[in-house]
Amino acid sequence: MAGKPAIRVAARDEGAPWLTLKMREAMEAWLFISPTLAGFLIFFVGPLVAVVWYSLNEWNLLTQQSTYVGLANYADALTVNPDFWHVVRNSVIFAIGLVPMNMALALALAMALSRRFAGVVFFRTVFFAPVVTSAVAWAIVWKFLLQGEAGFVNQMLAGIGIDGPNWLREPDWAMAAVIVTRVIKMVGLNMILYIAALQAIPRDYEAAARLEGASSWQIFRWIVWPLLGPTTLVIMVVTTIGSFKVFDHIYLMTEGGPENGTLVLAFYIYQQAFEFFETGYASALAMIMFVIVMVLTVVQLFLRRRDT
Amino acid sequence: MGSLTQRQLRIITQICWTIALAVVAIPFVFPFLWMISGGFKSANEIFGSPSLIPREWQWQNFLDVFTYQPFARQYFNSLYIAVTVTALTLFVSSLAGYALARLRFAGSALVGLFLVSALMVPEEVTIIPNFFLMKWAGFIDSHWPLILLPVFGPQGIMATFLMRQYFMALPKELEDAGKMDGLSRFGVWWRIALPMSRPALAAVAIITFLNSWNLFLEPLIFVSSLEKFTLPLALSNFTDPYGMPLWHLQLAATSLAVVPILIVYLIAQRQIIESFALSGVKG
Repeated sequence: MAGKPAIRVAARDEGAPWLTLKMREAMEAWLFISPTLAGFLIFFVGPLVAVVWYSLNEWNLLTQQSTYVGLANYADALTVNPDFWHVVRNSVIFAIGLVPMNMALALALAMALSRRFAGVVFFRTVFFAPVVTSAVAWAIVWKFLLQGEAGFVNQMLAGIGIDGPNWLREPDWAMAAVIVTRVIKMVGLNMILYIAALQAIPRDYEAAARLEGASSWQIFRWIVWPLLGPTTLVIMVVTTIGSFKVFDHIYLMTEGGPENGTLVLAFYIYQQAFEFFETGYASALAMIMFVIVMVLTVVQLFLRRRDT
Repeated sequence: MGSLTQRQLRIITQICWTIALAVVAIPFVFPFLWMISGGFKSANEIFGSPSLIPREWQWQNFLDVFTYQPFARQYFNSLYIAVTVTALTLFVSSLAGYALARLRFAGSALVGLFLVSALMVPEEVTIIPNFFLMKWAGFIDSHWPLILLPVFGPQGIMATFLMRQYFMALPKELEDAGKMDGLSRFGVWWRIALPMSRPALAAVAIITFLNSWNLFLEPLIFVSSLEKFTLPLALSNFTDPYGMPLWHLQLAATSLAVVPILIVYLIAQRQIIESFALSGVKG
């Protein structure tokens, strides 16, 4: 009695063992992935579909209900509302100001800190510290330091005879101030990526070039810089996308002001959606942001493919 | 003057470099020092002198912080949310990452591609529908969104791919041996694969914890009552009735929020920096 079923099972396994094993493995795989996949569908795919739909509807506090309006929200942003292009301009200025400064400083620091010397760990720790600090804390302290006359920065400037501006109250200076303080906060991240890339370059290259009589600049220009190419590309795209997404820093330091001088895209979306409750319009803005980030990503993939 | 030897020249260059680096480091270090010193100053002195050493040490600030708003509660909120998010992320992402790395099933490549697409989409794009989703679920002014969105959002997906990458590089033999010894798939993952992946788990844990601890947009949107605030919201909330910041309290509270993180960072800086390097390259 006991032996018979066992033989039957064995026979079935011999008949098609690959099927059951394979099916079992697939079932286990789906089970393992299911929490991630369910969350992904609920909190990402669903909302992504919804935001497209929202963006095609007029929906705000006044209307109280949504009415299908086609592309009117997009037309509103692109052609009617003067704020939109102002905001895009601010975001572009922010990116153009931030990305090169961030990358140049990151590379310079990485070059200085990729060699061994007493204090190298100390300096790496220092330059990276703002990255682990909350943006809120960072913004609070800098907002304090950058106040008009009583601010520390201006007191220091006065000490050497410079009459500093009221940094966060004048549009152009405010933009410069948020860019620079953001660079100081985030540059450590790119610095360590550059350090890793620099340390991956074999030392023989430099030694060989030195033997041939190459100068430091020539070594950098013709050996180091080309080898850093892929890293530079990734850093550039990630930093650019990050700069388009900047929100907390702006919210806390300037609230988009003065005179909307630092009103950038992510902050504008937040404002329209959660302060003015213009859900339809804000969703259209979100879609436009999505397209911008998508284009940047595709450009990166294209460049990377061409590179290799 | 005798000419310098090669060695002396090197030392001098090194000193020049160090001085240059120290100068560049000022705006990186000074805000921290100023924050802590400002936390010890009186409301008047804070505007008076640019000195880093307070004339009078106002320990009272650090007590007032807790009476001005439920700061202890807010501190605890941040802590328990960050711990929960980290634990859940570790569990969920390493499970999925393991399946994507090791198990063969129809559509695995497609699922991977599907998930990775989430990394390209900024969370500002999905936050509006997520707000209505949370409203529908009755999660407004609760901590649920602050837990669910990071675990299942782009951060969680990123963690999944980090884990997947690490699992793929592990030798398969031990897991096969485990299977021979009769471990279930779950057992192989839990008893063999996970213990071998400590570096990746540590990296995910560090980055997830910090992300949650510093999260700002989600608390701002979803949480409105003081006792439910997390630290980033609480810090920006030390204001007088006219909305002007009470700087001495704000800086004292900020110090309380930042200094513990900084201490951990100083102790484990190598590990923490490496974690960011790992995720940065992949991301």
